[in-house]
Amino acid sequence: MLFSVGGVVSAMLLPIHLLLFGLAFPLGWLDPPSYERLLAIVSHPATRAYLFVLCSLSLFHWGHRFRFTLYDGLQIKHLNELINIFCYGGAVLGTALAAYLLWTIP
Amino acid sequence: MISPTEYLPKSYHARVSTYWWLKRWAYLKFILREASAVFVAWAVIVTLLQIHALTRGPADYAQFQNLLRSPVVLALNVVSLFFIIFHAVTWFNLAPKAMAVRLRGKRLPSVAVAGPNYLAWLVISAAVAWILLRG
Repeated sequence: MLFSVGGVVSAMLLPIHLLLFGLAFPLGWLDPPSYERLLAIVSHPATRAYLFVLCSLSLFHWGHRFRFTLYDGLQIKHLNELINIFCYGGAVLGTALAAYLLWTIP
Repeated sequence: MISPTEYLPKSYHARVSTYWWLKRWAYLKFILREASAVFVAWAVIVTLLQIHALTRGPADYAQFQNLLRSPVVLALNVVSLFFIIFHAVTWFNLAPKAMAVRLRGKRLPSVAVAGPNYLAWLVISAAVAWILLRG
């Protein structure tokens, strides 16, 4: 379930995020929001919740998908304990990190 | 599958090569589609780093923005964006196969299920862009 919701969330939201912050703003195609404005947007509880959901669900989508890519792609299913720890553990770690970062915004 | 007994051997499974996915373009396309998940994770990492820089203050955020302009990171983000869009497109195109929507007993054509996803994608992207760009 997390996998499919994560898939939808990452498909709907990550492209525009990466297009703006990864390309349009650094390359000067569009004017980025000022530091103050961005901080104001991000500090808002709704934005924090939005970012948490975005990051956490996308990570669980990655974890689940990558686990099976490793199993089937590289035929290493015998390493399943390690793979599970890496994939789901990584997603949990990322989620915890996101929670911490979003909680401690001034 | 016939389970092994004392007299019947286990069924034969050929060993699959680690590089099976290189043998056909269709297989490679599949692996590339699944590999797009790695770039999804990268986008999350970039977002988290950005939040971290934002929290540390204007100087740190400016430094992070310079990092985003460095050729290596920029190239990585271009590739990531391609894969993330590839992820979105393949995901929406799969929706009709994953969810059989029926109207009056007949199954809706694929485009009727995939289409609204694309529309939602457009609307949501526009909303996010508007929030960030209206300054």
